[in-house]
Amino acid sequence: MATKKNNTIKLKFDSSRNLAPAPESKSAAKINPRYDLFINGKFEKPQSKKYFDTINPATEEKLSEIAEANAADVDKAVKAARTASDKTWKKMPPKERAKYIYRIARMIQERAREFAIIETLDGGKPIRESRDFDVPTAANHFFYYAGWADKLEYAFPNRQTTPLGVAGQIIPWNFPLLMAAWKIAPALATGNTVVLKPAETTSLTALKLAEIIQEADLPPGVVNIITGAGATGAAIVNHPDINKIAFTGSTDVGKIIQRAIAGTNKKATLELGGKAANIIFDDAPLDQAVEGVINGIFFNQGHVCCAGSRLYVQESVFKIVLQKLKDRMESLIVGDPMDKNTDIGAINSREQLNVIHKYLKIGQDEGAEMFQASGSIPKKGFYCRPTIFTNVAQSNRITQEEIFGPVLTIQTFRTDDEVIEKANNTPYGLSAGVWTDKGSKIFNMTTKLRAGVVWANTFNKFDPTSPFGGYKESGYGREGGLHGLNAYVNLI
Amino acid sequence: MIATKTIPDFSLSPHVDQVGIEERASRFTKRSIKNETKINGLKLALNMIDLTTLEGKDTDGKVKQLCYKAQHLMDTYPGLPTVAAICVYPTMVKVAKTALGDSGVKVASVSTAFPSGQAPRDVKIRDTRFAVDQGADEIDMVISRGKFLQGEYNYVFDEIAAIKEACGDARLKVILETGELVTYDKVRRASDIAMYAGADFIKTSTGKISPAATMPVTLVMLEAIRDFYYKTGKRIAMKPAGGISKSKLALHYLVMLNEVLGEEWMNNQWFRFGASSLANDILMQLMKQKTGAYQSADYFSID
Repeated sequence: MATKKNNTIKLKFDSSRNLAPAPESKSAAKINPRYDLFINGKFEKPQSKKYFDTINPATEEKLSEIAEANAADVDKAVKAARTASDKTWKKMPPKERAKYIYRIARMIQERAREFAIIETLDGGKPIRESRDFDVPTAANHFFYYAGWADKLEYAFPNRQTTPLGVAGQIIPWNFPLLMAAWKIAPALATGNTVVLKPAETTSLTALKLAEIIQEADLPPGVVNIITGAGATGAAIVNHPDINKIAFTGSTDVGKIIQRAIAGTNKKATLELGGKAANIIFDDAPLDQAVEGVINGIFFNQGHVCCAGSRLYVQESVFKIVLQKLKDRMESLIVGDPMDKNTDIGAINSREQLNVIHKYLKIGQDEGAEMFQASGSIPKKGFYCRPTIFTNVAQSNRITQEEIFGPVLTIQTFRTDDEVIEKANNTPYGLSAGVWTDKGSKIFNMTTKLRAGVVWANTFNKFDPTSPFGGYKESGYGREGGLHGLNAYVNLI
Repeated sequence: MIATKTIPDFSLSPHVDQVGIEERASRFTKRSIKNETKINGLKLALNMIDLTTLEGKDTDGKVKQLCYKAQHLMDTYPGLPTVAAICVYPTMVKVAKTALGDSGVKVASVSTAFPSGQAPRDVKIRDTRFAVDQGADEIDMVISRGKFLQGEYNYVFDEIAAIKEACGDARLKVILETGELVTYDKVRRASDIAMYAGADFIKTSTGKISPAATMPVTLVMLEAIRDFYYKTGKRIAMKPAGGISKSKLALHYLVMLNEVLGEEWMNNQWFRFGASSLANDILMQLMKQKTGAYQSADYFSID
């Protein structure tokens, strides 16, 4: 029997990446050449008179131009929201409010394909993910909170609730439509009105949502969607007539917001960065754990605040896990996000690609060993191969800092206590993952890991019924589930 | 038995997470296979089929017809491959062997008191020897599921090793009958036992028990093959059987094979479909790719 030496045995995966193109059709979605601000139920030209381009990160081609809201526009939007709150939305019977929210949910479902295409064109994520995850989950959030709208007395037994008033909501570029749903749905269900600002690189699906809201005949001013960059966000945060700020984004900006609202009556929920530990014990179902690691770090090009970016593998299975991980990485398809077979799409912007490249260099300079999948990547557009670093320590910058890209660091551990200490040894605490066949070990770990979400034998699973939020520098407040309602009501 | 120094403790075979494996298996079905990739995939799938008839009512005539079909899937469509093998009961091996001649299509014979495997070991060995003597190129044996479920792993191991010896040069396919093993953990354990005991192929099912082959079960077995390959350097072939009757599903299996074991397994030496009605569905799809229209089932021969 021909028994080769183990180190010469290698599987070949070249052909798994050479599938005939299977592109989703761009023409199935309508993108206007120019988008204005959605204020008081109408699309209005910005008082700034300025527009900026939004591009497709996969091709660097211009998709549309987007209005830039200045302080005067923000003021107009907040006033519209305040009027809507006082005149209609707050007074409306909750079951009537629910009908509007259900209607939005259904309309998202009806236009799911269009939303998925635009999300992918504007943000670079694979169509498979926007089709199977972003859009359906966004619709689910609206459905879920629509159900709560007339049942708040059951959500908070023996208490009365009143809405906070006007919520200023600022959302990131990694899950544009889904984050808009996370923010808008609970706010509306609890009787608040909204001024929402999507990220400047990914405004299109939020504006498409504005079109739906207009069609759904929501009373004018209940939802206002204004676009722009950091200055627009600052104008929302600093506006004196805003009652609550809901922010998802970087820890740096979160700190700025925290400082800006100090000493005011504004409430806040901040959902910030993360550097999640994904922990594999030697008794884990290894192939499924490896799949979980892949989904944990390469989902949405690693642009996920709860991405499992630090992998801890128990010593005795390190070699085999590494081998399985590399094999799996070889079968990932990096390329055109519109192709239905693409696993990893385009990095969201040139800026973010530069950040990722900076960290790849830091990692190599620090002496870590880098492995990248060998497949080709498109020449034009912003792409990064899936990357793992071994031979790293807790003191490496690539282990400490959030990279927000498809980059994983791998360390080994020997005992439970050691891995708990290492996993918690970070300023962040958004999520964590545990892989083991032993139930008791799962419970031991989940009680000791300081992270808002701990997944056991799975990763990156989201559901509207489940609260989400962080510890430490990952922010505070919870979104989703019953907890998500709490952030939008005064309890009497 | 292969030349490893130690036989592993099969009760320590890796565990499989049910939710995880099913999720992974469904991911392969999201691949969109188009145009030339589709045509190549369909032709490859045709070439991997073990065209099967395993009925009490099988006759010489029926087997001869099937053997003709194996070599002439659709003569109006030039350039089609033959199937990989004809799979029959031992008593039909000689008929099939004669009918297939030097066409290159192999004759596979079930044995070991297929499908239940409920017979004494010496009967199973004689059953196997008979099929080999009749000219079978491949033997499809069933494991003793009762013994396996009782935890008698050594018994199962020894039995497979004994049948392997009786096979001589014929390649041995070991049918786990996963529908009777029920859990993925047990499928994995049985796969490991079969490979270490000398199987050339591991095969999911007899086709007589429901459920037969499923994608998650096949994935568990492919992962076992991969781990075994890394440990020993020996390639094992895979045969899902039963329940694969549509082209689209067959393509999903090929996607899975390609992404788990890579391109070296993408041929009929290392992968087979045990199926009877799959061939005609593939032919229908190939004609559709060629002419742009689906034809009625009456345009495809049934043998």
